[in-house]
Amino acid sequence: MSHLLEVEDLSVRFETRRGKKVQSVQAVGGLSFHLDEGETLGLVGESGSGKTVSSLSLIGLIPSPPGRIERGRALFQGEDLLAMAPSRLRRLRGNSIAMVFQDPMTSLNPLLTIGRQLTEVAEIHLRMGRREARRLAAERLGEVGIPSPEARLDAYPHELSGGMRQRVGIAMALMCRPKLLLADEPTTALDVTIQAQILELLRDLQERMGMAIVLVTHDLGVVAGMADRIAVMYAGSLVETGPTEAVFRSPAHPYTRGLLGSVPRLDGDPNRALDAIEGQPPDLAHLPGGCAFAPRCPGADAECAARPPLDAIGEDRALACFHALAPREEPTR
Amino acid sequence: MSEPFLQVRSLTKHFPIGKRGLFGRPGKVLRAVDGVSFDLERGTTLGLVGESGCGKSTTARVLVGLHEATSGSVKIEGHELVGLGRSAWRPWRRRLQMIFQDPYASLDPRQSVLSILEEPLRIHRLGKPRDRRLRVLSLLDAVGLDPRHAQRYPHEFSGGQRQRIGIARALALEPDLIVCDEPVSALDVSIQAQILNLLKELQGRFGLSYLFIAHDLSVVRHIADRVAVMYLGRIVETADRDTIFSSPRHPYTRSLLSAVPLPDPVAERARRRIVLTGDVPSPLDPPSGCTFHPRCPERDRVEGRRCESEAPALLGGEHECACHLTES
Repeated sequence: MSHLLEVEDLSVRFETRRGKKVQSVQAVGGLSFHLDEGETLGLVGESGSGKTVSSLSLIGLIPSPPGRIERGRALFQGEDLLAMAPSRLRRLRGNSIAMVFQDPMTSLNPLLTIGRQLTEVAEIHLRMGRREARRLAAERLGEVGIPSPEARLDAYPHELSGGMRQRVGIAMALMCRPKLLLADEPTTALDVTIQAQILELLRDLQERMGMAIVLVTHDLGVVAGMADRIAVMYAGSLVETGPTEAVFRSPAHPYTRGLLGSVPRLDGDPNRALDAIEGQPPDLAHLPGGCAFAPRCPGADAECAARPPLDAIGEDRALACFHALAPREEPTR
Repeated sequence: MSEPFLQVRSLTKHFPIGKRGLFGRPGKVLRAVDGVSFDLERGTTLGLVGESGCGKSTTARVLVGLHEATSGSVKIEGHELVGLGRSAWRPWRRRLQMIFQDPYASLDPRQSVLSILEEPLRIHRLGKPRDRRLRVLSLLDAVGLDPRHAQRYPHEFSGGQRQRIGIARALALEPDLIVCDEPVSALDVSIQAQILNLLKELQGRFGLSYLFIAHDLSVVRHIADRVAVMYLGRIVETADRDTIFSSPRHPYTRSLLSAVPLPDPVAERARRRIVLTGDVPSPLDPPSGCTFHPRCPERDRVEGRRCESEAPALLGGEHECACHLTES
C-alpha cells in the first residue's frame, strides 16, 4: 500500500547576501520519511535542526528567496507537493493539508474577527455561502471546546487567552477536515495545564477524524505521548527514526541517547547529574564534512569524517551512524 | 530554630493600572504578588514554580530590589530590606544577584565580555584594574568558558554560552543569594542540562543560595531542595522536594504535576491526567475566596461553598498547603 505522505531526499538551502559575501546554509539535507493515514509522526530536534523548515517546505511556505528547495519529492496521495503548480498547492493547503503554528497570537489576523477568519476558509475551499460558512465555523469552534461558539465568532483574537487562541488555530486548520495536519510546536507557547488540554484535544480529534499528524517539537515528553513514530533531526539531517516506543527504549544514535539523557524528568533520579551533551549546537554555515554530530559525540572516531547514510536497522527503524549503540532492555532514566 | 538566611513575610506587590492624570479616576489594581511568605536556608535552593502570570518573576524582582514592595517584609540574616533607600540598598546589591531568562536580551551587545564582567567590580570599586582582569578570567574559567574569549562580544557566543556569561556576571561580586529567573527555559535541552549541572556545581563550590524560578517542574525537581508552588500571586503549597513530588496535597499542585508530559511513551500512555478546565484568571480581577476554586476539580468535596467565600490560609509547618480540604 502506498503511504499518505512520502518524502524523499528533501533538501532545502538558504542563501543570504551580505555585501559581496554570499552565505549559503543547508537547512535540510536529504530528509526522507513517510506517514500513513491516522498516524502521528513526531519530528524532533533542537533549534536549527531543520524541523520547521522541513514542514514548511512541504506546503510551499518557505520564503524564496532566500530559501530554495534543492531537490527531493514529497508525494501526498500520489501527487508531488514540491513539483506542483502553485494554484494546485493553494487548493490543497488549508483543505486536505492544514497547519497549526506555534504562536497563536501571530498566526491569527488581529484585524479580523475569529468568525471572518474561519468562514474565509470555508468560502474558498468548500465554496460555501456566508451563512452556511458561519454555521460550520461555529460547529468547529464547538468541536475544539470553545464555550458559546456562536458568540465567539464576533470576537477578535486579542480578546481570547493564549489557550483559546490556539484552539481557534486548530479549529481553523480543521475547517475542511484535512487528511494531514502539520502541527509546528503547537503547545510550546502555552502553560503546562493548557498544554495538557490542547494535546488531549488533538488526540481526541485525530481519533474521531482519522487524520495524520506531523508533530514538530523539541519536547520529548510531548512526542512520547503523541507520536506513533519519531524522526530525530540534527543539523538538517535525520539521524534516527522508528516507532516511538522502540526508539525511547533503546536509542541507537548517540545524539538520541544524549538528548534523552539530558532531559530532566519527573520520574528519574533527581540527585543524579544530567547527562548533558558536551559542546555547542552546530553552526549550519560551517558544518563538518562528515557526521555533523561527530564534534560532540563521545564515540566519534576517524570513520565519522565520512557522512553516515541513513540505513535500515530492524523493523521500521533507520539510523545514520557508523557506531550504532547496542540495544538496551532497560529504558533510559 | 535559628533564623533562616532569607525570610519573606506577607510580601505584596500591586500595580495600579489605568489611572490617568492627577484627578483621574483611580484605576484597577493588578495584584501581581499578594501575600507571599517563605524561608530560604543558606546554601540551599528554593524552587518557585507556577504558570505565566502567577507572580513568580515579580517576586524575584522585588527581592533583588528591581521593584519596590507594596507591603510586607524581606529579611536577610535578620536585616529588613523593604523600605530601604537607594544608598542603603547598595551594599545588599553585592550580596543579591540575578540571572535572567533571556541570555540574548540581558547582555549589552556593545560591550565585550571582559567589560561586561568587569563592570560590577568597577561600580563597587573592588580591586585594582589588574586584579579585576584576573578576576574576570577566573570567572570565565569557573563557568566553563575559554578565558581567551574575553575580548569577544555577546553575539559571538551561542545561547548556552551567553547564559554562562550571565552566570559569571552574577558571580562577580561573590553574592550569597542568586535569584535565577527561568535561567534555562530559553535553551535547548542538551544545553539546558549543561547549565543546570553548572549551577549545581557552583552552588557546592561557593556555598550559594538560589531562589530558582521556573515553570518547568522537571527542571525544578533537579535543582531545588524545597519547592513553593504559586498561583495568582499566592503560594498554595510548599514542602521539601521529595515530599511535594511524591505526595502533593494542593489540588493545583496535583494537576500541575499530572500535566507534565513524561519522556517515556509507555508510562505516558498509561497515565491518568487531571486536566484542568478553563484558563488562569486575571490578577486584575481574581476570583473570590480561594482563587483556584473556579478551576478546582475538588471544590465539591468542601462543604457549604467555603471555597467561594473564604480564602484558605497557608498552614501546616514543614509541608504547608493553602486549601480548605487539607486544613483539618
